[in-house]
Amino acid sequence: MAMATRAAYGKLLETELYKNPRVVVLDADLGNATKSASFKKAAPERYFNMGISEADMMGTAAGLATAGKIPIASTFAIFATGRAFEQIRNSICYPKLNVKIAATHAGLTVGEDGGSHQAIEDLSLMRSLPNMTVINPADAKEAQEALKAAVDYEGPVYIRLGRAEVPDIHDDSYQFQWGKGEILREGSDVGIIATGIMAAKALEAADALEAKGIHARVINIHTLKPLDEELVIETAKMTGHIVTCEEHSVIGGLGSAVSEVLVRHCPVKQDFIGVDDCFGQSGKPAELLEKYGLTAAAIVKAAETK
Amino acid sequence: MNIDCNTVKMETEKRARQLRRNIVRMLTEAGSGHPGGSLSIIDILNVLYFETMHIDPAQPKMADRDRFVLSKGHAAPALYAALQARGYFAEEELWKLRKTGAMLQGHPDMKKVPGVDMSTGSLGQGLSAANGMALAAKLDKAPWQVYVIAGDGEIQEGQIWEAAMSAAHYHLDNVMLFVDCNGLQIDGTNDEVMTVNPVSDKFKAFGWNVIEINGHDYEAIRGAIAAGKSVKDKPTAVISHSVKGKGVSFMENQVGWHGKAPSPEQCAQALKELGEGGEA
Repeated sequence: MAMATRAAYGKLLETELYKNPRVVVLDADLGNATKSASFKKAAPERYFNMGISEADMMGTAAGLATAGKIPIASTFAIFATGRAFEQIRNSICYPKLNVKIAATHAGLTVGEDGGSHQAIEDLSLMRSLPNMTVINPADAKEAQEALKAAVDYEGPVYIRLGRAEVPDIHDDSYQFQWGKGEILREGSDVGIIATGIMAAKALEAADALEAKGIHARVINIHTLKPLDEELVIETAKMTGHIVTCEEHSVIGGLGSAVSEVLVRHCPVKQDFIGVDDCFGQSGKPAELLEKYGLTAAAIVKAAETK
Repeated sequence: MNIDCNTVKMETEKRARQLRRNIVRMLTEAGSGHPGGSLSIIDILNVLYFETMHIDPAQPKMADRDRFVLSKGHAAPALYAALQARGYFAEEELWKLRKTGAMLQGHPDMKKVPGVDMSTGSLGQGLSAANGMALAAKLDKAPWQVYVIAGDGEIQEGQIWEAAMSAAHYHLDNVMLFVDCNGLQIDGTNDEVMTVNPVSDKFKAFGWNVIEINGHDYEAIRGAIAAGKSVKDKPTAVISHSVKGKGVSFMENQVGWHGKAPSPEQCAQALKELGEGGEA
Protein backbone atom coordinates (compact mmCIF):
# COMPACT_ATOMS: atom_id res chain seq x y z
CA MET A 1 0.00 0.00 0.00
CA ALA A 2 1.05 3.56 -0.57
CA MET A 3 -0.40 6.88 0.50
CA ALA A 4 0.85 10.46 0.61
CA THR A 5 1.50 11.71 4.14
CA ARG A 6 -0.62 14.81 3.41
CA ALA A 7 -3.55 12.49 2.60
CA ALA A 8 -2.99 10.66 5.87
CA TYR A 9 -3.06 14.03 7.64
CA GLY A 10 -6.35 15.00 6.01
CA LYS A 11 -7.90 11.67 6.91
CA LEU A 12 -6.81 11.94 10.54
CA LEU A 13 -8.24 15.45 10.83
CA GLU A 14 -11.72 14.36 9.82
CA THR A 15 -11.77 11.02 11.59
CA GLU A 16 -10.01 11.78 14.88
CA LEU A 17 -8.47 15.15 15.57
CA TYR A 18 -11.73 17.06 15.18
CA LYS A 19 -13.02 15.24 18.27
CA ASN A 20 -10.67 17.29 20.46
CA PRO A 21 -12.58 20.55 20.95
CA ARG A 22 -9.34 22.46 21.54
CA VAL A 23 -8.01 21.67 18.07
CA VAL A 24 -8.42 24.41 15.46
CA VAL A 25 -7.01 24.28 11.93
CA LEU A 26 -5.73 27.17 9.83
CA ASP A 27 -4.66 27.25 6.22
CA ALA A 28 -3.53 29.89 3.76
CA ASP A 29 -5.71 29.11 0.73
CA LEU A 30 -4.21 25.69 0.13
CA GLY A 31 -6.65 23.57 2.12
CA ASN A 32 -7.48 21.29 -0.80
CA ALA A 33 -3.80 20.69 -1.54
CA THR A 34 -2.57 20.34 2.03
CA LYS A 35 -5.72 18.32 2.83
CA SER A 36 -6.39 20.48 5.87
CA ALA A 37 -9.79 21.25 4.33
CA SER A 38 -10.92 17.81 5.51
CA PHE A 39 -11.21 19.34 8.97
CA LYS A 40 -13.72 21.85 7.64
CA LYS A 41 -16.16 19.05 6.89
CA ALA A 42 -15.97 17.74 10.43
CA ALA A 43 -15.72 21.00 12.40
CA PRO A 44 -16.40 24.02 10.13
CA GLU A 45 -16.51 26.50 13.02
CA ARG A 46 -12.95 25.57 14.00
CA TYR A 47 -11.45 25.86 10.51
CA PHE A 48 -9.98 29.21 9.52
CA ASN A 49 -8.91 30.00 6.00
CA MET A 50 -6.56 32.94 6.46
CA GLY A 51 -6.17 33.69 2.79
CA ILE A 52 -2.81 33.90 1.08
CA SER A 53 -1.01 35.35 4.09
CA GLU A 54 1.25 32.87 5.83
CA ALA A 55 2.78 35.41 8.21
CA ASP A 56 -0.64 36.41 9.51
CA MET A 57 -1.66 32.76 9.74
CA MET A 58 1.28 31.90 12.02
CA GLY A 59 0.63 34.93 14.22
CA THR A 60 -3.07 34.13 14.44
CA ALA A 61 -2.22 30.56 15.39
CA ALA A 62 0.02 31.92 18.15
CA GLY A 63 -2.81 34.07 19.51
CA LEU A 64 -5.22 31.12 19.47
CA ALA A 65 -2.65 29.09 21.41
CA THR A 66 -2.36 31.74 24.13
CA ALA A 67 -6.07 31.21 24.79
CA GLY A 68 -5.82 27.44 25.20
CA LYS A 69 -6.55 26.29 21.66
CA ILE A 70 -4.34 23.77 19.85
CA PRO A 71 -3.88 25.33 16.42
CA ILE A 72 -2.62 23.28 13.49
CA ALA A 73 -1.41 25.61 10.75
CA SER A 74 -0.98 24.21 7.26
CA THR A 75 0.51 25.43 4.04
CA PHE A 76 3.31 24.29 1.74
CA ALA A 77 6.61 23.80 3.58
CA ILE A 78 8.32 26.46 1.48
CA PHE A 79 5.86 29.16 2.59
CA ALA A 80 5.48 27.96 6.17
CA THR A 81 9.18 27.94 6.92
CA GLY A 82 10.38 30.50 4.39
CA ARG A 83 7.81 33.24 4.17
CA ALA A 84 6.76 32.98 7.79
CA PHE A 85 10.08 32.03 9.37
CA GLU A 86 10.31 35.02 11.63
CA GLN A 87 6.70 34.75 12.75
CA ILE A 88 7.41 31.14 13.70
CA ARG A 89 10.51 32.30 15.52
CA ASN A 90 9.19 35.30 17.39
CA SER A 91 5.45 34.69 17.76
CA ILE A 92 5.55 30.89 18.26
CA CYS A 93 8.93 29.55 19.38
CA TYR A 94 10.16 32.46 21.49
CA PRO A 95 7.05 32.34 23.72
CA LYS A 96 6.93 28.51 23.31
CA LEU A 97 3.32 28.52 22.21
CA ASN A 98 1.39 25.34 21.54
CA VAL A 99 1.20 25.62 17.77
CA LYS A 100 1.55 22.67 15.39
CA ILE A 101 2.78 23.41 11.88
CA ALA A 102 1.71 20.67 9.48
CA ALA A 103 3.63 21.67 6.35
CA THR A 104 3.01 19.73 3.16
CA HIS A 105 4.62 19.59 -0.29
CA ALA A 106 8.10 19.35 1.22
CA GLY A 107 11.12 18.30 -0.78
CA LEU A 108 11.72 17.47 -4.42
CA THR A 109 8.64 15.23 -4.66
CA VAL A 110 6.52 18.36 -5.07
CA GLY A 111 7.44 17.54 -8.65
CA GLU A 112 6.11 19.56 -11.53
CA ASP A 113 5.69 22.88 -9.67
CA GLY A 114 9.47 23.10 -9.71
CA GLY A 115 12.31 24.46 -7.63
CA SER A 116 10.50 27.56 -6.37
CA HIS A 117 8.06 25.29 -4.52
CA GLN A 118 10.36 22.51 -3.37
CA ALA A 119 11.42 23.14 0.23
CA ILE A 120 14.85 21.59 0.66
CA GLU A 121 15.88 23.75 3.63
CA ASP A 122 12.83 23.58 5.91
CA LEU A 123 14.26 21.01 8.31
CA SER A 124 17.41 23.08 8.64
CA LEU A 125 15.44 26.26 9.38
CA MET A 126 13.08 24.62 11.88
CA ARG A 127 15.83 22.65 13.60
CA SER A 128 17.70 25.87 14.36
CA LEU A 129 14.83 27.29 16.45
CA PRO A 130 14.91 26.82 20.23
CA ASN A 131 11.75 25.17 21.64
CA MET A 132 10.86 23.63 18.27
CA THR A 133 10.29 19.89 17.81
CA VAL A 134 10.91 18.71 14.24
CA ILE A 135 9.24 15.57 12.88
CA ASN A 136 9.55 14.08 9.39
CA PRO A 137 7.33 10.98 9.08
CA ALA A 138 8.29 8.13 6.76
CA ASP A 139 4.83 7.00 5.74
CA ALA A 140 1.10 7.51 6.25
CA LYS A 141 0.83 5.53 9.48
CA GLU A 142 3.79 7.28 11.04
CA ALA A 143 2.41 10.66 9.96
CA GLN A 144 -0.87 9.97 11.72
CA GLU A 145 0.74 8.67 14.90
CA ALA A 146 3.14 11.63 14.96
CA LEU A 147 0.28 14.09 14.52
CA LYS A 148 -1.67 12.53 17.38
CA ALA A 149 1.41 12.68 19.60
CA ALA A 150 2.07 16.28 18.57
CA VAL A 151 -1.43 17.33 19.59
CA ASP A 152 -0.90 15.72 23.00
CA TYR A 153 2.48 17.44 23.42
CA GLU A 154 2.59 20.98 24.81
CA GLY A 155 4.79 23.22 22.64
CA PRO A 156 5.66 24.10 19.05
CA VAL A 157 5.98 21.20 16.61
CA TYR A 158 6.92 21.20 12.92
CA ILE A 159 5.66 18.18 10.98
CA ARG A 160 6.91 17.73 7.43
CA LEU A 161 4.48 16.08 5.03
CA GLY A 162 4.72 15.21 1.36
CA ARG A 163 2.66 15.56 -1.78
CA ALA A 164 3.54 12.27 -3.44
CA GLU A 165 2.54 8.78 -2.41
CA VAL A 166 5.08 6.90 -0.31
CA PRO A 167 5.13 3.13 0.31
CA ASP A 168 3.98 1.99 3.73
CA ILE A 169 6.80 0.73 5.90
CA HIS A 170 4.68 0.46 9.04
CA ASP A 171 1.61 -1.64 9.76
CA ASP A 172 -1.32 -0.75 11.98
CA SER A 173 0.41 -2.00 15.12
CA TYR A 174 3.15 0.67 14.84
CA GLN A 175 3.77 2.61 18.04
CA PHE A 176 5.25 6.06 17.55
CA GLN A 177 7.77 6.90 20.26
CA TRP A 178 8.36 10.62 20.81
CA GLY A 179 12.01 11.50 20.27
CA LYS A 180 13.08 7.90 19.64
CA GLY A 181 14.58 6.58 16.46
CA GLU A 182 13.33 3.29 15.08
CA ILE A 183 15.49 0.29 14.17
CA LEU A 184 14.00 -0.94 10.90
CA ARG A 185 16.58 -3.63 10.29
CA GLU A 186 19.56 -5.04 12.18
CA GLY A 187 23.04 -5.31 10.72
CA SER A 188 26.56 -4.35 11.69
CA ASP A 189 28.51 -3.59 8.50
CA VAL A 190 27.09 -0.16 7.78
CA GLY A 191 24.52 2.11 9.45
CA ILE A 192 21.95 3.69 7.15
CA ILE A 193 20.12 6.49 8.96
CA ALA A 194 17.17 7.83 7.00
CA THR A 195 14.28 10.22 7.48
CA GLY A 196 10.94 10.76 5.73
CA ILE A 197 10.42 9.17 2.36
CA MET A 198 14.07 8.05 2.28
CA ALA A 199 13.37 5.40 4.95
CA ALA A 200 11.70 3.19 2.34
CA LYS A 201 14.65 3.74 -0.02
CA ALA A 202 17.02 2.78 2.79
CA LEU A 203 15.21 -0.53 3.27
CA GLU A 204 15.39 -1.14 -0.46
CA ALA A 205 19.11 -0.41 -0.35
CA ALA A 206 19.57 -2.77 2.58
CA ASP A 207 18.02 -5.60 0.57
CA ALA A 208 20.42 -4.95 -2.28
CA LEU A 209 23.36 -4.79 0.11
CA GLU A 210 22.30 -8.04 1.76
CA ALA A 211 22.47 -9.73 -1.63
CA LYS A 212 26.09 -8.61 -1.76
CA GLY A 213 26.76 -9.95 1.71
CA ILE A 214 26.76 -6.54 3.40
CA HIS A 215 24.57 -6.39 6.50
CA ALA A 216 23.16 -2.90 6.99
CA ARG A 217 21.56 -1.55 10.12
CA VAL A 218 18.70 0.70 9.04
CA ILE A 219 17.43 3.45 11.31
CA ASN A 220 14.37 5.62 10.74
CA ILE A 221 14.71 9.05 12.34
CA HIS A 222 11.21 10.52 12.36
CA THR A 223 12.13 13.10 14.97
CA LEU A 224 15.12 15.22 13.96
CA LYS A 225 14.81 17.33 17.06
CA PRO A 226 15.19 16.24 19.74
CA LEU A 227 17.41 13.66 18.04
CA ASP A 228 17.78 10.15 19.45
CA GLU A 229 21.49 10.66 20.06
CA GLU A 230 21.91 7.38 21.90
CA LEU A 231 20.72 5.34 18.94
CA VAL A 232 22.87 7.32 16.51
CA ILE A 233 25.99 6.81 18.63
CA GLU A 234 25.22 3.13 19.16
CA THR A 235 24.81 2.64 15.40
CA ALA A 236 28.09 4.41 14.67
CA LYS A 237 29.92 2.30 17.26
CA MET A 238 28.39 -0.87 15.91
CA THR A 239 29.09 -0.23 12.21
CA GLY A 240 31.89 2.32 11.92
CA HIS A 241 30.27 3.81 8.79
CA ILE A 242 27.11 5.93 8.61
CA VAL A 243 25.08 6.90 5.56
CA THR A 244 22.43 9.56 6.19
CA CYS A 245 19.56 9.85 3.73
CA GLU A 246 17.14 12.73 3.39
CA GLU A 247 14.96 14.44 0.80
CA HIS A 248 16.50 17.75 1.86
CA SER A 249 19.65 19.75 1.43
CA VAL A 250 22.73 18.09 2.86
CA ILE A 251 23.19 21.36 4.77
CA GLY A 252 21.40 21.59 8.08
CA GLY A 253 19.11 18.57 7.98
CA LEU A 254 19.45 14.98 9.17
CA GLY A 255 23.02 14.58 7.95
CA SER A 256 24.11 17.65 9.85
CA ALA A 257 22.18 16.62 12.96
CA VAL A 258 23.84 13.19 12.95
CA SER A 259 27.31 14.57 12.32
CA GLU A 260 26.88 17.13 15.11
CA VAL A 261 26.44 14.20 17.47
CA LEU A 262 29.02 11.83 16.03
CA VAL A 263 31.86 14.32 15.76
CA ARG A 264 31.63 14.78 19.52
CA HIS A 265 30.92 11.23 20.65
CA CYS A 266 32.00 8.74 17.99
CA PRO A 267 33.59 10.15 14.84
CA VAL A 268 33.21 7.67 11.97
CA LYS A 269 33.07 7.94 8.20
CA GLN A 270 29.78 9.52 7.17
CA ASP A 271 28.24 9.78 3.72
CA PHE A 272 25.48 12.26 2.99
CA ILE A 273 22.65 11.29 0.64
CA GLY A 274 20.62 14.45 0.04
CA VAL A 275 20.25 17.44 -2.23
CA ASP A 276 23.77 18.68 -2.78
CA ASP A 277 23.36 22.43 -2.18
CA CYS A 278 21.31 23.19 -5.26
CA PHE A 279 17.70 23.97 -6.12
CA GLY A 280 15.29 21.48 -7.63
CA GLN A 281 13.36 21.75 -10.89
CA SER A 282 10.13 20.64 -12.55
CA GLY A 283 9.63 16.97 -13.27
CA LYS A 284 7.97 13.79 -12.11
CA PRO A 285 8.80 13.06 -8.46
CA ALA A 286 10.47 9.71 -9.18
CA GLU A 287 12.53 11.21 -11.99
CA LEU A 288 13.67 14.07 -9.78
CA LEU A 289 14.73 11.71 -7.00
CA GLU A 290 16.76 9.84 -9.60
CA LYS A 291 18.26 13.02 -11.03
CA TYR A 292 19.33 14.35 -7.64
CA GLY A 293 20.70 11.02 -6.44
CA LEU A 294 18.10 10.21 -3.82
CA THR A 295 17.82 6.54 -4.71
CA ALA A 296 18.42 3.11 -3.24
CA ALA A 297 21.23 2.65 -5.75
CA ALA A 298 22.98 5.80 -4.49
CA ILE A 299 22.64 4.57 -0.90
CA VAL A 300 24.08 1.18 -1.87
CA LYS A 301 27.02 2.82 -3.60
CA ALA A 302 27.79 4.98 -0.57
CA ALA A 303 27.31 2.09 1.84
CA GLU A 304 29.68 -0.28 0.07
CA THR A 305 32.45 2.30 -0.37
CA LYS A 306 34.59 2.01 2.70
CA MET B 1 -21.08 64.14 40.94
CA ASN B 2 -18.88 66.96 39.75
CA ILE B 3 -16.56 66.35 42.66
CA ASP B 4 -16.32 62.63 41.80
CA CYS B 5 -15.49 63.36 38.18
CA ASN B 6 -12.88 65.88 39.17
CA THR B 7 -11.37 63.48 41.66
CA VAL B 8 -11.08 60.75 39.01
CA LYS B 9 -9.56 63.24 36.60
CA MET B 10 -6.97 64.38 39.13
CA GLU B 11 -6.08 60.82 40.03
CA THR B 12 -5.72 59.82 36.39
CA GLU B 13 -3.49 62.77 35.60
CA LYS B 14 -1.44 62.33 38.74
CA ARG B 15 -0.95 58.67 37.91
CA ALA B 16 0.01 59.59 34.33
CA ARG B 17 2.84 61.75 35.68
CA GLN B 18 3.93 58.92 37.98
CA LEU B 19 3.93 56.42 35.10
CA ARG B 20 5.90 58.83 32.93
CA ARG B 21 8.43 59.36 35.73
CA ASN B 22 8.87 55.60 36.04
CA ILE B 23 9.40 55.27 32.28
CA VAL B 24 12.12 57.93 32.37
CA ARG B 25 13.73 56.46 35.48
CA MET B 26 13.76 52.88 34.24
CA LEU B 27 15.27 53.89 30.90
CA THR B 28 17.94 55.93 32.67
CA GLU B 29 18.75 52.96 34.91
CA ALA B 30 18.80 50.63 31.90
CA GLY B 31 21.04 52.93 29.87
CA SER B 32 19.17 52.09 26.66
CA GLY B 33 15.62 51.72 25.37
CA HIS B 34 12.83 53.72 23.78
CA PRO B 35 11.46 56.74 25.65
CA GLY B 36 9.67 58.59 22.81
CA GLY B 37 7.15 55.92 21.88
CA SER B 38 6.67 54.85 25.49
CA LEU B 39 5.67 58.35 26.55
CA SER B 40 3.33 58.72 23.57
CA ILE B 41 1.17 55.69 24.50
CA ILE B 42 1.10 55.89 28.28
CA ASP B 43 -2.20 57.77 28.47
CA ILE B 44 -3.97 54.98 26.59
CA LEU B 45 -2.44 52.37 28.92
CA ASN B 46 -3.42 54.50 31.90
CA VAL B 47 -7.07 54.20 30.87
CA LEU B 48 -6.94 50.56 29.72
CA TYR B 49 -5.20 49.19 32.81
CA PHE B 50 -6.90 51.35 35.44
CA GLU B 51 -10.41 51.79 34.07
CA THR B 52 -11.26 49.58 31.13
CA MET B 53 -9.79 46.12 31.23
CA HIS B 54 -11.28 43.25 33.18
CA ILE B 55 -8.12 41.98 34.83
CA ASP B 56 -6.88 40.73 38.18
CA PRO B 57 -3.20 41.26 38.99
CA ALA B 58 -3.46 38.42 41.53
CA GLN B 59 -4.52 36.10 38.69
CA PRO B 60 -2.57 37.21 35.62
CA LYS B 61 -3.73 34.14 33.65
CA MET B 62 -7.41 34.46 34.61
CA ALA B 63 -9.28 32.79 31.74
CA ASP B 64 -11.86 35.49 31.10
CA ARG B 65 -9.52 38.45 31.42
CA ASP B 66 -9.32 41.08 28.74
CA ARG B 67 -6.08 40.80 26.75
CA PHE B 68 -3.58 43.44 25.76
CA VAL B 69 -0.96 43.10 23.00
CA LEU B 70 1.76 45.72 22.68
CA SER B 71 2.48 45.24 19.01
CA LYS B 72 4.97 48.12 19.15
CA GLY B 73 6.92 46.10 21.68
CA HIS B 74 9.79 48.57 21.94
CA ALA B 75 7.45 50.72 24.06
CA ALA B 76 7.75 48.01 26.73
CA PRO B 77 8.69 50.53 29.47
CA ALA B 78 5.18 52.00 29.21
CA LEU B 79 3.60 48.57 29.60
CA TYR B 80 5.92 47.69 32.49
CA ALA B 81 5.12 50.97 34.24
CA ALA B 82 1.39 50.31 33.92
CA LEU B 83 1.62 46.67 35.03
CA GLN B 84 3.76 47.57 38.03
CA ALA B 85 1.47 50.39 39.10
CA ARG B 86 -1.49 48.04 38.73
CA GLY B 87 0.21 45.59 41.10
CA TYR B 88 1.49 42.80 38.86
CA PHE B 89 5.02 42.94 40.26
CA ALA B 90 7.28 44.84 42.62
CA GLU B 91 8.68 48.26 41.79
CA GLU B 92 12.27 47.08 42.17
CA GLU B 93 11.86 45.04 38.96
CA LEU B 94 11.56 48.29 37.01
CA TRP B 95 15.10 49.28 37.87
CA LYS B 96 16.49 46.00 36.50
CA LEU B 97 15.04 46.55 33.02
CA ARG B 98 17.29 45.22 30.22
CA LYS B 99 19.85 43.88 32.70
CA THR B 100 21.20 40.34 32.49
CA GLY B 101 18.94 37.93 34.34
CA ALA B 102 16.15 40.48 34.76
CA MET B 103 12.47 39.67 34.43
CA LEU B 104 11.89 42.78 32.33
CA GLN B 105 13.39 42.18 28.90
CA GLY B 106 14.01 44.89 26.32
CA HIS B 107 10.80 43.79 24.60
CA PRO B 108 7.77 42.16 26.28
CA ASP B 109 8.21 38.47 27.12
CA MET B 110 5.02 36.68 28.15
CA LYS B 111 7.04 33.81 29.59
CA LYS B 112 8.75 36.06 32.09
CA VAL B 113 6.42 38.90 33.01
CA PRO B 114 3.08 38.41 34.77
CA GLY B 115 0.42 40.38 32.94
CA VAL B 116 2.10 40.29 29.53
CA ASP B 117 -0.35 38.45 27.26
CA MET B 118 1.89 38.18 24.19
CA SER B 119 5.59 38.34 23.45
CA THR B 120 6.22 41.09 20.94
CA GLY B 121 8.94 43.35 19.67
CA SER B 122 9.42 42.31 16.08
CA LEU B 123 7.17 44.91 14.50
CA GLY B 124 4.01 43.97 12.65
CA GLN B 125 3.24 40.73 14.46
CA GLY B 126 0.97 41.81 17.32
CA LEU B 127 -2.29 42.32 15.49
CA SER B 128 -2.24 38.78 14.10
CA ALA B 129 -1.80 37.38 17.60
CA ALA B 130 -4.58 39.61 18.89
CA ASN B 131 -6.86 38.30 16.14
CA GLY B 132 -6.05 34.75 17.20
CA MET B 133 -7.00 35.58 20.79
CA ALA B 134 -10.22 37.20 19.58
CA LEU B 135 -11.09 34.16 17.45
CA ALA B 136 -10.59 31.98 20.53
CA ALA B 137 -12.97 34.20 22.50
CA LYS B 138 -15.54 33.95 19.70
CA LEU B 139 -15.23 30.14 19.62
CA ASP B 140 -15.75 29.99 23.38
CA LYS B 141 -18.53 32.58 23.24
CA ALA B 142 -16.52 34.44 25.88
CA PRO B 143 -17.05 38.15 26.49
CA TRP B 144 -13.44 39.24 26.77
CA GLN B 145 -11.90 41.91 24.57
CA VAL B 146 -8.48 42.23 23.00
CA TYR B 147 -6.73 45.60 22.95
CA VAL B 148 -3.69 46.24 20.77
CA ILE B 149 -1.36 49.17 20.30
CA ALA B 150 0.63 49.48 17.07
CA GLY B 151 2.86 52.34 16.02
CA ASP B 152 2.33 54.48 12.95
CA GLY B 153 5.74 53.50 11.64
CA GLU B 154 4.88 49.89 12.42
CA ILE B 155 1.97 49.85 9.99
CA GLN B 156 4.54 49.97 7.20
CA GLU B 157 4.86 46.23 7.90
CA GLY B 158 2.79 44.20 5.44
CA GLN B 159 1.64 41.74 8.09
CA ILE B 160 -0.40 44.50 9.73
CA TRP B 161 -2.54 44.71 6.59
CA GLU B 162 -2.85 40.95 6.31
CA ALA B 163 -4.14 41.01 9.87
CA ALA B 164 -6.34 44.03 9.17
CA MET B 165 -8.02 42.00 6.42
CA SER B 166 -8.41 38.98 8.70
CA ALA B 167 -9.97 40.96 11.56
CA ALA B 168 -12.58 42.43 9.24
CA HIS B 169 -13.17 39.13 7.42
CA TYR B 170 -13.86 37.33 10.70
CA HIS B 171 -15.93 40.22 12.10
CA LEU B 172 -13.70 40.56 15.15
CA ASP B 173 -15.63 43.24 17.01
CA ASN B 174 -13.74 42.13 20.12
CA VAL B 175 -10.51 43.58 18.73
CA MET B 176 -9.65 47.23 19.34
CA LEU B 177 -6.46 48.51 17.74
CA PHE B 178 -4.92 51.80 18.78
CA VAL B 179 -2.57 53.19 16.16
CA ASP B 180 -0.20 55.49 17.98
CA CYS B 181 0.32 58.21 15.42
CA ASN B 182 3.19 60.25 16.74
CA GLY B 183 4.49 60.90 13.24
CA LEU B 184 8.07 59.84 13.90
CA GLN B 185 10.14 56.72 13.47
CA ILE B 186 13.82 55.87 13.82
CA ASP B 187 15.13 57.41 10.61
CA GLY B 188 12.90 60.50 10.57
CA THR B 189 9.27 61.48 10.14
CA ASN B 190 6.86 58.93 8.68
CA ASP B 191 6.54 61.16 5.65
CA GLU B 192 10.29 61.19 5.09
CA VAL B 193 10.73 57.47 5.60
CA MET B 194 7.56 55.95 4.13
CA THR B 195 4.24 57.73 3.97
CA VAL B 196 1.55 56.01 6.04
CA ASN B 197 -1.25 58.56 5.67
CA PRO B 198 -4.14 58.61 5.27
CA VAL B 199 -4.22 56.06 8.12
CA SER B 200 -7.94 56.40 8.85
CA ASP B 201 -8.92 55.96 5.23
CA LYS B 202 -6.76 52.87 4.95
CA PHE B 203 -8.47 51.16 7.91
CA LYS B 204 -11.90 52.26 6.68
CA ALA B 205 -11.10 50.76 3.29
CA PHE B 206 -10.14 47.52 5.06
CA GLY B 207 -13.60 47.37 6.65
CA TRP B 208 -12.84 48.68 10.11
CA ASN B 209 -14.80 51.00 12.35
CA VAL B 210 -12.47 53.99 12.68
CA ILE B 211 -12.33 56.64 15.41
CA GLU B 212 -9.82 59.47 15.45
CA ILE B 213 -8.74 61.02 18.73
CA ASN B 214 -6.10 63.02 20.50
CA GLY B 215 -4.17 60.25 22.26
CA HIS B 216 -3.48 62.37 25.33
CA ASP B 217 -7.10 63.48 25.91
CA TYR B 218 -8.54 61.21 28.57
CA GLU B 219 -12.16 61.95 27.77
CA ALA B 220 -11.45 61.19 24.11
CA ILE B 221 -9.73 57.89 24.97
CA ARG B 222 -12.62 56.83 27.22
CA GLY B 223 -15.14 57.88 24.60
CA ALA B 224 -13.36 55.96 21.83
CA ILE B 225 -13.22 52.78 23.90
CA ALA B 226 -16.92 52.99 24.76
CA ALA B 227 -17.88 53.78 21.18
CA GLY B 228 -15.67 51.04 19.77
CA LYS B 229 -17.06 48.40 22.13
CA SER B 230 -20.61 49.25 21.10
CA VAL B 231 -19.92 48.59 17.40
CA LYS B 232 -20.76 45.04 16.40
CA ASP B 233 -19.47 42.86 13.56
CA LYS B 234 -16.36 44.87 12.79
CA PRO B 235 -13.08 45.63 14.55
CA THR B 236 -12.34 49.15 15.73
CA ALA B 237 -9.21 51.15 14.94
CA VAL B 238 -8.59 54.14 17.17
CA ILE B 239 -6.29 56.45 15.28
CA SER B 240 -4.61 58.13 18.18
CA HIS B 241 -2.73 61.32 17.39
CA SER B 242 0.03 61.71 19.91
CA VAL B 243 3.22 63.52 20.75
CA LYS B 244 6.35 61.38 20.78
CA GLY B 245 8.13 61.96 24.09
CA LYS B 246 4.98 63.57 25.55
CA GLY B 247 5.52 65.22 28.93
CA VAL B 248 9.26 65.80 28.72
CA SER B 249 9.94 69.13 26.98
CA PHE B 250 13.23 68.23 25.38
CA MET B 251 11.99 64.84 24.12
CA GLU B 252 8.71 66.01 22.60
CA ASN B 253 8.55 65.56 18.81
CA GLN B 254 12.26 64.78 18.63
CA VAL B 255 13.26 61.90 16.36
CA GLY B 256 16.47 61.52 18.33
CA TRP B 257 14.53 60.38 21.40
CA HIS B 258 13.12 57.29 19.68
CA GLY B 259 15.71 54.96 21.05
CA LYS B 260 18.14 56.43 23.51
CA ALA B 261 18.31 56.65 27.25
CA PRO B 262 18.46 59.93 29.17
CA SER B 263 21.65 60.87 30.97
CA PRO B 264 21.34 61.30 34.77
CA GLU B 265 21.12 65.08 34.27
CA GLN B 266 18.44 64.74 31.61
CA CYS B 267 16.61 62.30 33.85
CA ALA B 268 16.65 64.81 36.72
CA GLN B 269 15.24 67.52 34.51
CA ALA B 270 12.58 65.22 33.08
CA LEU B 271 11.50 64.09 36.54
CA LYS B 272 11.24 67.71 37.62
CA GLU B 273 9.05 68.54 34.64
CA LEU B 274 6.93 65.53 35.47
CA GLY B 275 6.27 66.82 38.95
CA GLU B 276 8.67 64.82 41.07
CA GLY B 277 8.75 66.16 44.61
CA GLY B 278 5.75 68.33 43.85
CA GLU B 279 3.13 65.69 44.55
CA ALA B 280 2.00 64.01 47.73
